[in-house]
Amino acid sequence: MYSLMLLGALWAQPAGRPATAEEIRARDITVFPNGAGLPAGGGDAVKGAKIYESRCALCHNKRGEGKAGEYPALVGGRGTLATKAPKKTVGSYWPYATTLWDYINRAMPFHQPRMLPPNDVYSVTAYILFLNGIVAETEPMNERTLPAVRMPNRDGFIPDARPDVKARR
Amino acid sequence: MSSRRRFLTAGAAALTGCQNEEPSTSGAHMRAYGERSPHEKPVRVIRELTASKGTGSSRTPLHEIYGIITPSALHYERHHSGVPDIDPAQHTLLIHGLVEKPLVFSVDAIRARPAVSRVYFLECSGNSVGDNRGAPFPDVQGSMGLLSCSEWTGASLRSLLEEAGLKPGAKWVIAEGADNGRMARSIPLEKCLEDTLVVYGQNGEALRPEQGYPLRLIVPGWEGNINVKWLHRLHVAAEPAMSVKETAFYTELMPDGKAQMFTYVMEARSVITRPSGGMKLPVGGGIHEVTGLAWTGKGSIRRVEVSTDGGKTYHDAELQQPVLPQALVRFRYRWQWDGQEAVLQSRCTDETGYLQPTHAEYAAVRGLNSGYHYNAIKPWFVRADGSVKHV
Repeated sequence: MYSLMLLGALWAQPAGRPATAEEIRARDITVFPNGAGLPAGGGDAVKGAKIYESRCALCHNKRGEGKAGEYPALVGGRGTLATKAPKKTVGSYWPYATTLWDYINRAMPFHQPRMLPPNDVYSVTAYILFLNGIVAETEPMNERTLPAVRMPNRDGFIPDARPDVKARR
Repeated sequence: MSSRRRFLTAGAAALTGCQNEEPSTSGAHMRAYGERSPHEKPVRVIRELTASKGTGSSRTPLHEIYGIITPSALHYERHHSGVPDIDPAQHTLLIHGLVEKPLVFSVDAIRARPAVSRVYFLECSGNSVGDNRGAPFPDVQGSMGLLSCSEWTGASLRSLLEEAGLKPGAKWVIAEGADNGRMARSIPLEKCLEDTLVVYGQNGEALRPEQGYPLRLIVPGWEGNINVKWLHRLHVAAEPAMSVKETAFYTELMPDGKAQMFTYVMEARSVITRPSGGMKLPVGGGIHEVTGLAWTGKGSIRRVEVSTDGGKTYHDAELQQPVLPQALVRFRYRWQWDGQEAVLQSRCTDETGYLQPTHAEYAAVRGLNSGYHYNAIKPWFVRADGSVKHV
């Protein structure tokens, strides 16, 4: 009985160890729509164009056109979502500008993700927003201005309404 | 010669043969880790999406699977940034954010916790984009092969979150993988506390690298993408992250241009896997076993019906027992084929009373552009020459 109780006590011991602030900082890359998680820094589309040319254009093409069937387009498609040939891009579809920063920061360039310093991520983000006509070419993008950018399709999403399809026997 | 004597003689001969390395009729040596017979050929069909290695999908040969469990080597794959090679001794899971005590778990620490084993299906929500758009693959592997089912073993996510201690205001958990693209999804806290698992085991052994070795999430009944592989971080938060895979992708464009978001549950669906597209039946009719799979993200499948006349009449199929919740269900129906043209299809009903829709019923609400969560009835056209085609 005693040994069973001891086993129970051991079993209940926390199996995780405390995480240090440094461990969390090193791994936490989440950026939220309200800007939480964005580092200090900034950039603009002028600077972003140069970085884009050397780091992004190989796959996403000269001005974000993408490559059909392989690498998605980043630009265009506004007004196509309700048509038979919708084109979903950053400009036509994405609801939050912070998502663009977060995704570039965590996953791009595809073969060397997380190699761009924060200022470069701000600049490339600014350039893609500029190509979509959402921000001006010299408009500074930083931890305060980026979350305030209103994306064209910000109100284009609705919650799950399942079961929305009704079948008849 | 007595049978015992014959046995001894044969045994001695076999021993001698072994020592002299002469050909033996006793078969091959044993193998420390087994392989299937070289006569068996079912394989996944791989589709790379970019020039980058390991990025794309591979589809399970559903027409060549028996029962409800998918062999680990044939489990479907969908990778967004390749398959990482992870040393489990170096891998950790961090839980942080709105918790009292941020924690780090080693893989061994997760393995040492009270274990839970459950059989669950996984289906990529983009499984049947072609069928949705009216341009399906010709066979069931291409059309529906992003579907598999395994026994998963791991620890309950609830126990890990309770150990870290949830702070007031915690409503979401953002799960992130250690793949090259650090794929992340936001999951409502309620589901994390209900039945979500952090698993290390698949069909009795460690997860395959392609299935998230050494740790992945299993979120029962929910779309494949949210079952984050190579899990290394859980960020407890008040709001969803609005990550790229829950905004730009895995959202469903409706005919009016609005898109449904956070559409997690895989609704009830079934498909006949034999006979199916690309097969050939012997001309002239005869008795055939029609078999297939049914599944639902909402509890259990209650009923599967088979039609051989394109949906005019339906007949109850037999369900292989046990029928497990949020697992694949094998159904079978004995079909007396008259040798004439026929259209085979199945439909299922789950425990909520939800009935699998026809393509017309589905498209009337969701249109043709959604691309995700397509679950309509799948007809197969049997010609008088015995060939089976998609309709």
